[in-house]
Amino acid sequence: MTTRLDGRPEERVLTGWGRTTRSRARVVGSLDGEALAELMAAQPPRGILARGAGRSYGDAAQNAGGIVVAPDAAPRIEPDLRAGTVRASAGSTFADLLSALVPHGLLLPVLPGTRHLTLGGAIAADVHGKNHHVDGSISSWLESIELIDGQGRARILSPLLDGPAFRATVGGMGLTGIIRAATVRLMPISSSRLQVSTHRVDHLDDLMAGLHQATQRYAVAWIDATAQGRALGRGVLDLGDHLDAPDPLHEPDGLHYRPTQPPAAPPLPFNPATALTARAFNTLWYRKAPRHTHRTASLNDFFHRLDAVAHWNRALGPRGFLQYQFAVPEDSAHLIAHVLQTFQNHRTAAFLATVKRFGPANGNPLSFPLRGWCLAVDMPAAAPGLGPLLDQLDRKIAEAGGQVYLAKDARLSASRFTDMYGDLKDWRTVRDELDPRHLMRSDLGRRLGLCR
Amino acid sequence: MNDAQGRPSRILLLGGASEIGLAIVAALPLAPDTHLILAGRNLAQMEERAATLPCTVTTTAYDATALETHRDFADTVFADADIDLVISAAGILIPQSELDRDPQRAGELVQTNFTGHVTTLLAVTRHLRNQGHGTLVVLSSIAAVRPRRANFVYGASKAGLDAFAQGLADSLHGSGVRLLLVRPGFVTGRMTQGMPPTPLSTTPDRVAAAVATALTTTTATAVWVPRALAPIALLMRLTPRVLWRRVKR
Ligand SMILES: Cc1cc2nc3c(=O)[nH]c(=O)nc-3n(C[C@H](O)[C@H](O)[C@H](O)COP(=O)(O)OP(=O)(O)OC[C@H]3O[C@@H](n4cnc5c(N)ncnc54)[C@H](O)[C@@H]3O)c2cc1C
Ligand SMILES: NC(=O)c1ccc[n+]([C@@H]2O[C@H](COP(=O)([O-])OP(=O)(O)OC[C@H]3O[C@@H](n4cnc5c(N)ncnc54)[C@H](OP(=O)(O)O)[C@@H]3O)[C@@H](O)[C@H]2O)c1
Repeated sequence: MTTRLDGRPEERVLTGWGRTTRSRARVVGSLDGEALAELMAAQPPRGILARGAGRSYGDAAQNAGGIVVAPDAAPRIEPDLRAGTVRASAGSTFADLLSALVPHGLLLPVLPGTRHLTLGGAIAADVHGKNHHVDGSISSWLESIELIDGQGRARILSPLLDGPAFRATVGGMGLTGIIRAATVRLMPISSSRLQVSTHRVDHLDDLMAGLHQATQRYAVAWIDATAQGRALGRGVLDLGDHLDAPDPLHEPDGLHYRPTQPPAAPPLPFNPATALTARAFNTLWYRKAPRHTHRTASLNDFFHRLDAVAHWNRALGPRGFLQYQFAVPEDSAHLIAHVLQTFQNHRTAAFLATVKRFGPANGNPLSFPLRGWCLAVDMPAAAPGLGPLLDQLDRKIAEAGGQVYLAKDARLSASRFTDMYGDLKDWRTVRDELDPRHLMRSDLGRRLGLCR
Repeated sequence: MNDAQGRPSRILLLGGASEIGLAIVAALPLAPDTHLILAGRNLAQMEERAATLPCTVTTTAYDATALETHRDFADTVFADADIDLVISAAGILIPQSELDRDPQRAGELVQTNFTGHVTTLLAVTRHLRNQGHGTLVVLSSIAAVRPRRANFVYGASKAGLDAFAQGLADSLHGSGVRLLLVRPGFVTGRMTQGMPPTPLSTTPDRVAAAVATALTTTTATAVWVPRALAPIALLMRLTPRVLWRRVKR
């Protein structure tokens, strides 16, 4: 769902990408800093929240009964080619940014699995890519954030000068204020294509070993979530590095980025039309993958395969779907197999699963990545018994010192959240300073006890 | 707010000792931290009947006939936090013969089953609208379809409630709030104790299961329990008056 608006406020029922939770809010768009300060001075009774492209799966970008600030209609993107940085408005999408930057040989250093998210949403969720084990999350690449805090004050937060406020905001899920713009350090690239190697692997252990040993910058494993028994966790390892020089075949006129270009093979690892056929499709896709291949791929092919079908989330039925994504420390790697097995046993019709390795955590109180393993599983929300099943997994993950990713979450309870993320005393102290009246609120925040 | 599995975190049951109301709560998928607020006249009795439910239970005084209290009541229960589900189950059934003897009791019945619901639900709806999400479950009855001479005051009160709830549902369109109207037939239970069951009678648990199922869909606006009552209601409306008059009960 796009939320871009021009000027006029509008009452809208909003939902997340998974379409499971819905609530009404007053959506306002394209407000300048002054108008935002005025809005905050008015202290609307149900609070205020910024929304990006609505790509978070659950209730993070909703504020029931309150005000939701939609991103500006037009992106503002100001690259500094000499410094290798870009200053961009929070409403700029990653597709906007890539189109503007790639021709100059510059790349966003963190690319999530969709290009439709906004810079504001990326910062609020402290997003990670397939290179987290090497490059960290977006937090480590931010030079500064321009924030309107909960008192309507315009602030520039830099990681060195404003450490606590910066760390509370990056990963803070919009609860410290409204991000207006940010300056991001970029990664120089010599080609817009990647050298990719793909390996079909029959066992989860081997797949995880493959990820562990990978020397490439980007590494991810797609798992056949339906394979059982000895085949449990079989999948495809996808490893990639940027080419050191332009690919004469694909980019004879220099680097480029075309967001509309339809992606080439390999095809989607699942059928977007129905989750019920997940099994058939996962099997087919797995069997079709060659045992080992080496090829070059475009940025879209490698990073944004899921964007190939626009609005695939709508095809999954009226009750929507959810993604269970968690990270656990190295010594609890066995939980990856345990969770896959649990979903198997309960026939949850999981239709897509990916495993990644994470590098060290960055210390931001609400950031998700922590050193170890990360699993993400997509499944229909309506599966009977799924509620208690996930509650039970939450417990195990919390006990192991792991965390569930808030940008994907729509169901974690306040008590399990506290088990995972702690009592967040430091975060709350900084928030009280940035937003003493607790004006910044969201449905997710209410559910998790972060606001009222 | 309801979570991704449609699980409410705070529930308000009006008529907190209602057999059907408590059965509905028991039939719902519940998250570990669910809070149930029981509103009614007899606090101890409500607490006792809810003892086995896997929720944190609190009780609060509520009298459907005390119209002047309903606004404050709603303001108070919504003061702490949002309420995701409100079940309106207060109701009384008094034999028509008693009402014929004592018309004032008929007034009390109408006040409980109809007027009190109007004041309470309008007060509650103000809060639900403001919070931008939530579900209202209203217990109507097959008796709302057409007044029978055997219990036409009860029928009239339910017909009023049913019409009110339909209008309220329409007015809530686009507000993020949803209303589900429940029309059970004869439910064998406490309210109908001593009365011989009619054909197609049902039980509190079956009513509850039907409500829980309807709440998992995003589209259902009304449920008949059992489902076969829907066509029967149509027949009831079409029956010529000369015949309808003769229906004994
Ligand atoms: C197909 C798909 C693949 C994905 N892959 C990945 C992945 O690989 N890695 C990863 O980390 N994530 C991934 N995500 C999740 C996604 O990156 C995050 O949910 C991200 O936050 C979405 O950004 P958005 O612009 O859509 O923000 P929204 O979903 O609209 O909002 C998300 C949060 O950001 C806040 N926010 C938005 N804009 C602002 C602002 N201007 N100021 C303050 N707060 C703001 C909102 O309040 C909300 O709390 C994926 C999502 C999808 C749909
Ligand atoms: N049972 C049926 O056959 C049937 C059929 C169709 C529809 N319904 C409807 O379903 C609803 C629930 O019925 P039920 O079977 O669960 O009956 P129930 O167990 O008797 O519940 C009705 C509840 O309403 C409460 N109540 C009565 N007057 C009240 C008042 N003035 N203020 C506050 N609460 C009051 C009662 O509380 P006290 O204990 O204080 O009296 C009781 O807890 C009712 O609206 C009923 O009309 C029932």
